[in-house]
Amino acid sequence: MEKIDTSFFTKEREAELSVVGESVQRADARGHVTGQTQFYEDVTFPNTLHLKMVRSTRHHALIKDINTDAAMNVPGVVRVLTHKDVPNNWYTILKLIGVGPDDEPVLPEDRVLFMGEQICAVLAETPQAALEGARRVVVDYEDLPPIFDVEEAMTSTPFKQHGTNYFVYEGHNCRRIRFGDVDKGFAAADHIIEHRYESAPIEHAPTETTGCTAKPEGNGRVTVYSNTQALYFTLDNMALILGVPFNKLRLVGGTVGGGFGGKVDVIVEPIAALGAMLTNRPVKYAYSRAEEMQVSSPRASERLYIKDGVMNDGRIVARKITLYVDAGAYCRHSTYGTTKAAAHMPGPYSIPNVHVDAYCVYTNRTPSSAMRGFGVTIGDFALESQMDQVARYLNMDPMELRLINAYRDGDMKAHRKKVEGAALVEVIQAAAHQTGTTLAPRFAKMSSFEREA
Amino acid sequence: MKHSVVSLTINGTERQMLVAPGTTLVEVLRENQGLAGTRRGCDQGACGTCTVLVDGKAMMSCLLPVETIEGARVETIEGLTPMQGLHPIQEAFLEGFATQCGFCTSGMIMATAGLLARNPNPSRDDAVRAISGNICRCTGYEAIIDAVLDAAKRMQAAQRSEAA
Repeated sequence: MEKIDTSFFTKEREAELSVVGESVQRADARGHVTGQTQFYEDVTFPNTLHLKMVRSTRHHALIKDINTDAAMNVPGVVRVLTHKDVPNNWYTILKLIGVGPDDEPVLPEDRVLFMGEQICAVLAETPQAALEGARRVVVDYEDLPPIFDVEEAMTSTPFKQHGTNYFVYEGHNCRRIRFGDVDKGFAAADHIIEHRYESAPIEHAPTETTGCTAKPEGNGRVTVYSNTQALYFTLDNMALILGVPFNKLRLVGGTVGGGFGGKVDVIVEPIAALGAMLTNRPVKYAYSRAEEMQVSSPRASERLYIKDGVMNDGRIVARKITLYVDAGAYCRHSTYGTTKAAAHMPGPYSIPNVHVDAYCVYTNRTPSSAMRGFGVTIGDFALESQMDQVARYLNMDPMELRLINAYRDGDMKAHRKKVEGAALVEVIQAAAHQTGTTLAPRFAKMSSFEREA
Repeated sequence: MKHSVVSLTINGTERQMLVAPGTTLVEVLRENQGLAGTRRGCDQGACGTCTVLVDGKAMMSCLLPVETIEGARVETIEGLTPMQGLHPIQEAFLEGFATQCGFCTSGMIMATAGLLARNPNPSRDDAVRAISGNICRCTGYEAIIDAVLDAAKRMQAAQRSEAA
């Protein structure tokens, strides 16, 4: 049998594990400083069609008619795509990890649920012609009352085709956590401290706007050059939406000009690929800056009510949290974010009685989705603000209040997971040291590894 | 509307191009000249990522209709990069970990080149002002400001060794 001569490339086989403890240059930095890093928009093809969306000018309305005649008469306009062109129009991004039902149309059929929702796609020879075509599409709406408030949505008539205005978690209208008995805890507490916290949506505003170019190949496949952060969600959803096997689709990506979670949804690729398949020409769908700011999913707005039962010595003995995540018009990643939010409660504190109701609610606002620690970040803002409120109420040092309640290794968390590798006590001690705060001896001696007698 | 011929000296070479009225410099660089290192982020002068040098001054190429700069000298990130190795500004950004996603980097480097051309010895405030029109949404500003100041030192050292 022939053997491979291993005398060549011996150095290539040496694994030099010398990286730990060294400052190592980023692999992509040289490309960045020379401008050679290739973002999706730097890959161009002759004969490319440009896609511009007709977007809803209403928050909530029935679509009575879409007239594309005037658009088709604009010189350079080649085709207009509507929901009728989409093989499998209904989807939800996390379908393959068991999230359902499919609650979002690729292109809406008889109604729009938020302002800026894409309605139909105009394909043209130039971006200018596509914009002019999109401007000339006439959409006849019948306005419906919009809902912008999560608590109002919980009690309003369902406005989505698949049912409730909230996501259903295993038969419940919210993600629930039950630990101990909060009512008993409140009854035994010296004080009840209750506050409401709220955040607005936050846009990622990446410097590179969301976009992709879909190119039909001679072999019948479609290659999509994209700046998605989620190549495999995109591949899954494209295959399902377009009704084609995976091997007909190829995604090229991974170079993202700022994402921060804003490029995790699957919005531009399926439509661009569909356009490419229907025209047999490359199709580019890139958000303008205005589209990026208005229609790309922001961080969800959240509203939290936190009610604490507190003892005179600073121990929090019961915490009840009602949390609303505003998913906007469609579910996207918000159902997952809400579960994360619930599991994160009651924060890094050992509280014997905890009650959490976390609602993922649909409204007629821009769908929200992933963004840096989503589900946890706003919860932390609320929890830590609440800790400061409690400290102020008790006239206690906020660091000491946190140390009194800090979780330690081995404690049982509210969602029934044992604490491992806690470092909160040590972090607060270090923060005290660095800010020149002297902790009382009982706090200076505390440890995450063992609870003092 | 009629197209017109515009000539520009781009990275040292005179180029003539036929452009529609209102065609911006960033469109010409990326689509006509294939110089994709100049990034397009907003097309409205808000993000600075398309910054290039026009007659030695840092300017946002998305706000410049090319008809209005007929005959100008334009320098892009591709023109700044030497045949071998890197320009001192590029070295400073590379070694100072002043890049994250990289999308703002070309604009940041060209803004730095514009600053150092008129002020070889900038203060930290000067550096901040020079990149104040450039958004780094990864928010790595401290490393970028340090790199601008480091680049100034590297360029001064290079000049001293040339003079010696």
